[in-house]
Amino acid sequence: MSLQLENVSMKVDGQMHIYNTNLTLQKGTMNVLLGRTSSGKTTLMRIMAGLDVPTTGKILWDGVDVTGMRVQDRKIAMVYQQFINYPSMSVYDNIAAPLRLMNKDELEIDEAVKKTAGLMRLTNMLDRKPQELSGGQQQRCALARSLVKGSGLVLLDEPLANLDYKLREELRAEIPKMFEESGAIFVYATTEPEEALLLGGNVTTLWEGKITQVGKTAEVYHNPNNATTAKVFSNPAMNFLEIKKEGDFIYYGKNEKTPATHALAKLKNGRYKAGFRPNHLELKKHKENAIKFTAHLDVTEITGSETFLHMSYDSETWIGLVHGVHDLEYDSDLSVYLDSSHIFIFAQDGDLLHTASYAEKR
Amino acid sequence: MAKITLSNLAHSYISNPKSEKDYALRRLNHEWEDGAAYALLGPSGCGKSTLLNIISGILTPSEGRILFDEDDVTFADTADRNIAQVFQFPVVYDTMTVRQNLEFPLKNRGADPKYIQQRVASIARSIQVEDILDKKAQGLTADAKQKISLGRGMVREDVNAILFDEPLTVIDPHMKWELRTQLKALHKELKHTMIFVTHDQTEALTFADKVVVMNEGNVVQIGTPEELFEKPAHTFVGYFIGSPGMNVFDAEVTGNIANLQGNKMELKQTHKKLSGKTELGVRPEFITLCEEGMGIKIDIVRVEDVAHHKIVRAIYNNKDVNIIVPEDVIITPTMNNMTFDMSRVNVYVNSWLVEGEEIS
Repeated sequence: MSLQLENVSMKVDGQMHIYNTNLTLQKGTMNVLLGRTSSGKTTLMRIMAGLDVPTTGKILWDGVDVTGMRVQDRKIAMVYQQFINYPSMSVYDNIAAPLRLMNKDELEIDEAVKKTAGLMRLTNMLDRKPQELSGGQQQRCALARSLVKGSGLVLLDEPLANLDYKLREELRAEIPKMFEESGAIFVYATTEPEEALLLGGNVTTLWEGKITQVGKTAEVYHNPNNATTAKVFSNPAMNFLEIKKEGDFIYYGKNEKTPATHALAKLKNGRYKAGFRPNHLELKKHKENAIKFTAHLDVTEITGSETFLHMSYDSETWIGLVHGVHDLEYDSDLSVYLDSSHIFIFAQDGDLLHTASYAEKR
Repeated sequence: MAKITLSNLAHSYISNPKSEKDYALRRLNHEWEDGAAYALLGPSGCGKSTLLNIISGILTPSEGRILFDEDDVTFADTADRNIAQVFQFPVVYDTMTVRQNLEFPLKNRGADPKYIQQRVASIARSIQVEDILDKKAQGLTADAKQKISLGRGMVREDVNAILFDEPLTVIDPHMKWELRTQLKALHKELKHTMIFVTHDQTEALTFADKVVVMNEGNVVQIGTPEELFEKPAHTFVGYFIGSPGMNVFDAEVTGNIANLQGNKMELKQTHKKLSGKTELGVRPEFITLCEEGMGIKIDIVRVEDVAHHKIVRAIYNNKDVNIIVPEDVIITPTMNNMTFDMSRVNVYVNSWLVEGEEIS
């Protein structure tokens, strides 16, 4: 079983919402669509579901063209950010509803409802009405309804966005488990990099209607192949710095320079974009060849165990994440250090040229 | 700006409350210092919105009083309290320009046009909307609209307090960073008394000087982010703050010795005889994974790679244990023991923190 998007694009009122896209999703896989608001996640899901017909291209289900087939005739379930349950029905009847629409017999329904309720830890709540449940339980009820009819494709559009973050933590851990047991193709849209990493599986990163990378979630995070993926798949976002390679030196900022060592030595003369993650900036020089930056500290945020440093350097704004609580003076110069093994080098157009050596070793 | 005093405040949505359970907000005495930034943090239904609505005047408390400086405002209307509010969803006038939206609260109060111009320019710079000042609000993204709502909430310098009701919930993660930083910078500059309601720990901890943690209608702890992290007053605070939350282990404590099912360890404090359910609280950050035989045996269930660290999910004594491991540590199959950073181990009796005597 597979779902294939072949040369799919979507144009609405003369505006491109999805550029030419090819994507294949296999049975029994979790597929995360990661991107910011209006990057095309929901549009892509609506096309997969058959709620919208793409401007060009085909949707193939097991190789069979289903483009234009009514959503009712496909074995699909969709769960939205706003959890939807029938308020006047019990949890049991809510979960049973799709099966009753399919005219299944009550014995079969009973078995399926109980099994799915067990999976979603709703067994003790089957007699309650949705409003008697917590937010997390209500969303589990909606999720149970999406699973019960054995849909081959389950589309989840930011299903946890409206929940308390502790409930989110709980459900994030549960969703991969329930999907493993169902064998369906799961597609899960989110704006949050951490959520993508916790869900695992495969990730498709999206930026302004274009896919920027597809691959195993952890691999894409550690080895983004372009600057856009690196930006989308990091929170806080990856920091960037314009650099110039000339001879044995790298020039940056206001005419500062550092010897071009390691991967930097192999670069041809020219201009590049260096990228590094917030947690790799340090307040102390731990490595001999660490590069020192004198940045301007705008604001700090303390979480209790970590400190976020909001800085400006040259024309860039950076965020640093350091361990411990640091009370630093705002609006002042701050020295931060970066080990060269943590630097990704991108071409001017954003393509990755050299991955950071620490990520290579993984 | 004003100091806000809550005196014997309580609220029930039921007309004749009989037991504690009938209260959405249980009896509370608290002073909100003038010019400080507070966050009200807790799960849905914990009473944080009830408390905010009492401060803003949307709700009249069923018991107790609320004072702005020395003025009793318990029964005063919202309009008479001189406060600014920002809500979860942007409230902007679509047909007005961004500038007109920002000017609105000042014009309403009949401020001097020259002052209005200066003030709006300064706020526009802070929230970085200078380039769209003369654009109609209609057609702006939700992010941009919420930025304008925040700007309008901050535009008046003479308000008693600014109340924020989950203002970043609908905002994309990357924009949250930007808006939070701007809020923080504005607070530093203007020193308004700010109260920020959220269920998101990062928002609460990064925004506030002091965080008020609530659960089931009670204020469980008020403290700085560091205090909440290092010394959670209740196991609920340990659980709710931190991702994953604090680990809790059943233990017997005698003097300075803690006994976890036969695994004995020396605490940094010595305790008098404790009665009740005794537990040790240890954050995942303060547990180290180590080689077989070096610590307490655990069963590792799985390892999650989450950005800049790994979370090890394990089982000890039939209970879940979470351990945070730095990203550059390679976990080998023989690493199935754990040790605690003893200076970061807290003792709880019936879920509340107990402090012993430091061992000198």
